[in-house]
Amino acid sequence: MKKEGFFKKYWLVLLTGFVVGVAALLLQKLGNPGNMGFCIACFERDIAGALGLHTAGAKVAEDAISVGNLAYFRPEIIGILLGSMLMAICTKEFKGKGGSSPVLRFFLGAGVMIGALVFLGCPLRMVIRIGGGDPNALIGLGGFIVGILIGVFFLKKGFTLNRAYKQSSLEGAAFPITTAIMGLLCLLGIIGLMTAEGVKPGGSRAPWYIAIIAGLIVGALGQKSRFCMVGGVRDAVMFKEFGLIAGFGMVILTVLAGNAILGNFGETYKGFKLVGQPIASADWLWNFLGMAIVGWGSALLGGCPLRQLVLAGEGNSDSAITVIGMIAGAALAHNFKLASGASTLADDGTVTGGSTPNGHIAVIAILVLLAIVSVVCTFCKKKEKAEQ
Amino acid sequence: MIDARGLSCPLPVIMVQKAVKDKPDKLEVYVDNQTAVGNVTRFANNNGYDVAVKELEDDEYSLVLTKR
Repeated sequence: MKKEGFFKKYWLVLLTGFVVGVAALLLQKLGNPGNMGFCIACFERDIAGALGLHTAGAKVAEDAISVGNLAYFRPEIIGILLGSMLMAICTKEFKGKGGSSPVLRFFLGAGVMIGALVFLGCPLRMVIRIGGGDPNALIGLGGFIVGILIGVFFLKKGFTLNRAYKQSSLEGAAFPITTAIMGLLCLLGIIGLMTAEGVKPGGSRAPWYIAIIAGLIVGALGQKSRFCMVGGVRDAVMFKEFGLIAGFGMVILTVLAGNAILGNFGETYKGFKLVGQPIASADWLWNFLGMAIVGWGSALLGGCPLRQLVLAGEGNSDSAITVIGMIAGAALAHNFKLASGASTLADDGTVTGGSTPNGHIAVIAILVLLAIVSVVCTFCKKKEKAEQ
Repeated sequence: MIDARGLSCPLPVIMVQKAVKDKPDKLEVYVDNQTAVGNVTRFANNNGYDVAVKELEDDEYSLVLTKR
């Protein structure tokens, strides 16, 4: 009886998890990079590259700089924003809203992105990697949960980024609409940069129209179901609510089953080894800490990178600023060599790639900054309130 | 009375969670988004409260929690 109740109550979240898993498998099959069928951080990083905010992988040859290998305005992002926006308009939930510590949100978004690029993936790619048999992602999951628990501690103690206020619909629509227009112009080759087809990983891509449709469906379902990777762990710990975390589990199960059916484990499983997984760093400590940043920062922001996109589509300008911060963070990560590279095993047994010294410094700095923001927005606010 | 307008989840639910610790017979909560309505309602139902939701003007909602 209880089981039936659970499915009845949470069918939409479970469906969203299933659809996200299927979309990830499909997009990977149709050309997206390995274990990267759906990754919000990677897609936003590629968008930063498409806009010329970083030139990762670019080479100077005969006075000209080539286009880097991480430049593509990923259509999935346009789809998610518009899918969420259309669903919110249909359900009368589209509302211009914002003003809750936008600058802090910008920097938190940038920090979350840098953490994600040290690990090499957002929470969504983390579970897709788990479903793809990548043990590094399990270490990332550990860090992610620890990060959320730290965030939950401060939330319970009264952490807040303060209230948001009503804004005009134009303010709410500005980000999703501009992103969609700029994205289409980039995809048509009118503006921006695009990695040549086939060059990994920016040039590995599913057909744009399928990517956009997948994004639209995920965006619409995400809006309706409030699907969130961070919310899952948070609600389970704080309120004993297991709906969102069931969606989280559903993505893993779907991807795991899908990879088994499609026979992907032969090429990607690699005997459960740490080194050699698709676009994955094998530096366990930095994977753990990178995802701890993502969990902690996202808990403070009130949602994972996917949720931020969906909220931005609903007209939430605070989330729009967060996404812009994430894109800026991606640019910083690649311009200052903070992002990790894939760990590969050479013939002589040495491992190359992985996290970078700059990345290590950034991770520690961001953890310190997160601690400062958490403490100030939790304990100093109480003092301010008491003095009023 | 809890005024959680302008606050995004999970803050409205945390405020309600703190308030129901004292087991009040009745609690009035104001929120301004449907996510919060859903989350507060679910939390209240799971913790022994019935919820009556009333949509006020300007996308605001009042939730009256009554102990079962």
